Amino acid sequence: MTEKEYDKIPGTIVFDADKSREGYHLNQFCISLRLQKNRDAFNKNEEAYLDAYPMSKEQREAVLKREWNLLLELGGNIYYTSKLAANDGINFQNLAGRMTGMGVDSYREMMLKGGRSIEGNRDKSEWGED
Amino acid sequence: MAKIMAGVGCSHVPAIGVAMDTGITHEEYWKPVFEGFKKSREWMKKQNPDVIFLVYNDHCTAFDARCIPTFALGCGAEFQPADEGWGPRPVPAVKNHQKMASHIAQSLVLNEFDITIMNEMEVDHGLTVPLSVMFGDIKQNDEWPALVIPLCVNVVQYPAPTGNRCYNLGKAIRRAIESYEEDLNVIIFGTGGMSHQLQYKRAGLINSDWDKRFLDLMTADPVGASQITHLEYLRETGSEGIEMVMWLIMRGTLNENVTEVHRHYHVPASNTAVGHIILENNA
Repeated sequence: MTEKEYDKIPGTIVFDADKSREGYHLNQFCISLRLQKNRDAFNKNEEAYLDAYPMSKEQREAVLKREWNLLLELGGNIYYTSKLAANDGINFQNLAGRMTGMGVDSYREMMLKGGRSIEGNRDKSEWGED
Repeated sequence: MAKIMAGVGCSHVPAIGVAMDTGITHEEYWKPVFEGFKKSREWMKKQNPDVIFLVYNDHCTAFDARCIPTFALGCGAEFQPADEGWGPRPVPAVKNHQKMASHIAQSLVLNEFDITIMNEMEVDHGLTVPLSVMFGDIKQNDEWPALVIPLCVNVVQYPAPTGNRCYNLGKAIRRAIESYEEDLNVIIFGTGGMSHQLQYKRAGLINSDWDKRFLDLMTADPVGASQITHLEYLRETGSEGIEMVMWLIMRGTLNENVTEVHRHYHVPASNTAVGHIILENNA
């Protein structure tokens, strides 16, 4: 696949057309949880609810196991996966605490101190990635 | 004739709405965020606009992945606050100036901005949080002090429209508004931003220096700001910082020379840098 200009940004998944295609059914599942009646049905029987959404096995597993980063890698978008998180009582900040691997408290602490600096976070090479 | 008095740039962090709705704005964490809007609320009272033209993005609420319009103009009579997964915000429905909205839609298309027309649409925090911070607490059974024409911009799926396109759309919106016959005071809101990244391992990115330069450009060099590339937004301001292209639509509706009457910047609100600016059109 041709490299995209934003592929060099570390720790970031840009939700573009390729991701959107891959994640379509996953994202449509997530967004269905915006409504209470759907949240009730999902919480009653997750497996049965997911049957209505023809997502890949990997995506389905990632939903059931709440693997937040993997969901994004498989085409999920944060505004969609955050609905699944909200269903579990996890807000945006706590979700970020999980995705960054920092944990909720140290993530919150970092934000109070002004957030993650741009220095050292512009290019994958600065993260020791290619 | 309708007249554009001023433009407002403003973040629309959902947690700000939650803080207002749950009455915790006096807490240490939130105090500095709301302190910076005190002057804005007084200014809004003085301006007493008839219509607010509000540029925002929908966060997969009215539009899910089935339909992703780049620009969608609200032309329906009113818009209900949406349930975004934690219940609808307890704020009034947003009422449109329907006739003016239709006029703008028509004018834009004839000026070659082929926007989508929305006659049914729920509105999420992207629209209601800026209204709340600028007007203060408005009870659910009360009414917003102004009519609101919503313009939704896709910034969720890459690519968002370019800053240049947004700036030029602003100019077309100005022509549309100023050719509307009724005598109305109009204020334009450009919302979203500033630097923030909500997702994946780099979440929490904040770039205050960049944000402050952007605020400077909003006042003094909008054409320069309109040339900022998507790559720069994504890399320097985080994956969600690209929302700032929406401020350029607001800026495009104003004169090149404006007076900056207020500015506010604070980190953090949840994951986000809160930025706010008020620009008055020079006579």
